[in-house]
Amino acid sequence: MTMMKAGDARGAEAVSASRLTSHKMKEKGFASFLLFAGISVLMVLGAFFVTLVLQSWPLFRETGFSFFTTLRWAPMEEAFSVLPFLAGTLMTSLLSILIAFPFSMALSILLGEYLKTGPFAAAFKSVTELLAGIPSVIYGFWGIMILMPLIQSLQMKLGLIPYGVGILTASLILSVMIIPYAASLGRDVISMVPGELKEAAYAMGATRSEVVFHVILPYARSGITAGFFLALGRAVGETMAVTMLIGNSNFIPRGIFSPANTMASVIANEFGEADGMHTTALIAVGLVLMILTGLINYAGKSIMKRFQVGG
Amino acid sequence: MADKVLSVRGLNAYYGNKKAVLDVNVDFYKNKITAIMGPSGCGKTTFLRCLNRIHEVNIEARARIEGDIFLNGENIARMHPILVRRRIGMVFQKPNPFPHMTIYDNVIAGYKLNGIKKKKHEFDTIVEQSLTRTALWEEVKDSLYDRGTFLSGGQQQRLCIARALAMNPDVILLDEPTSALDPIATAKIEELLNELKENVTIIIVTHNMAQAGRISDYTAFFYLGELLEYGTTEKLFTNPENEKTENFLTGRFG
Repeated sequence: MTMMKAGDARGAEAVSASRLTSHKMKEKGFASFLLFAGISVLMVLGAFFVTLVLQSWPLFRETGFSFFTTLRWAPMEEAFSVLPFLAGTLMTSLLSILIAFPFSMALSILLGEYLKTGPFAAAFKSVTELLAGIPSVIYGFWGIMILMPLIQSLQMKLGLIPYGVGILTASLILSVMIIPYAASLGRDVISMVPGELKEAAYAMGATRSEVVFHVILPYARSGITAGFFLALGRAVGETMAVTMLIGNSNFIPRGIFSPANTMASVIANEFGEADGMHTTALIAVGLVLMILTGLINYAGKSIMKRFQVGG
Repeated sequence: MADKVLSVRGLNAYYGNKKAVLDVNVDFYKNKITAIMGPSGCGKTTFLRCLNRIHEVNIEARARIEGDIFLNGENIARMHPILVRRRIGMVFQKPNPFPHMTIYDNVIAGYKLNGIKKKKHEFDTIVEQSLTRTALWEEVKDSLYDRGTFLSGGQQQRLCIARALAMNPDVILLDEPTSALDPIATAKIEELLNELKENVTIIIVTHNMAQAGRISDYTAFFYLGELLEYGTTEKLFTNPENEKTENFLTGRFG
């Protein structure tokens, strides 16, 4: 800096060199901050997993694999099986995807292709955001007040015990929660289908619905499938609304009307009052839940890869 | 003078309230190549898109057309747009084969999209003929059931021309089909168009004056949405009547 004089090229070089060094330091500092943040998140995830494994280990040590092979969950008798809850989780989440599928597909196509702009599209967007922001306990309330009586009267008509709560009720509320989510993911994918492909189809005399079925949906298939896997991941882990509506029965569900428990709902329901091996078993249920959601995410990604279209 | 395949009378095209094409009257002749030229934004692409009524697909831009277009004497406004588009094929600026379809399916995409059923051997014939006519058969005959996206840009564009030809149209519209291609691929397509005009009438929008000079029989010069001059390419290039045409051709604007 002391060498700096007007027209002194070497002085200017020296300054720029020192500025370069300070730039480098800043860049390095920023990069290490990013790395630190990234590693912390990874460590939290790792800590979750390690905790779940360590805490549930005593159960496997004591009872071997009866956790996965027996069918009974009776904490008073120290009988712990994850299967009733695994079945409850799979049934509710798959059924809810099944119910949500036609609605969210229709909405995705409507908003991704037919009504890209305009008041309806804007309204849908804000409604989606609002729905996503509603606490799930409110969905649970609504389910108890509106859905339960409806299901009860349906059960009476069918000559079944009018529980009102159970797999179907929980699945319905889950599908209501999932539809806006899956539809907005689907809309994003559909609206990204290149216009030139649609035009190519129109130029060959395709009608709008033919463009949807032969161009848009095949092109967007991988993204739409991935969207449903994300939605499935949500349904599997959803706790509060399901706990309120599933009936909290620890038996393997016999049908869509039977009360049941999901992995998430049994943890929410029993963890507060559990102790000893019961706590350990609930943690083991949590471990299975975490592995299941991980697998669903992984499956979604590999499906996405398999169906990927170039260009 | 040859037969008129397409006749345009008093054509106006709009986007909302904005007029993009103003009162155009023109006849296109059978088995000839007509080049449509003009500076950017002169309405030449919009005009081309009126000819197969794909202009009106663009609902969001509130696109609409006034005036009459006759295909072999029949007013296309009274024909079903789907029928119009089957008889007037189109090739776009950017090669756009369907990435989720095989080369084979791309060629017969027009049939598939329209749900027209044919026997396998009939489709085989259509695919071979269309690809042969676009000089692509030898290059892709061993990979017909692969996706078309691994092809080069020039091959993809020839695949798109084959796709348009497969429907056996009367007219093919090309919107700057070589602007995304290298000179060799461009030369191939130009050569191809010269061969194709024996069976089909070609209308090509081009930015490239030399290209228009090389391949077209007739040239239409558009300026600010109006058709300023139309005539044989020879006449237009050597002795233009309109001063603006001359200025454009000599590179004073454009």
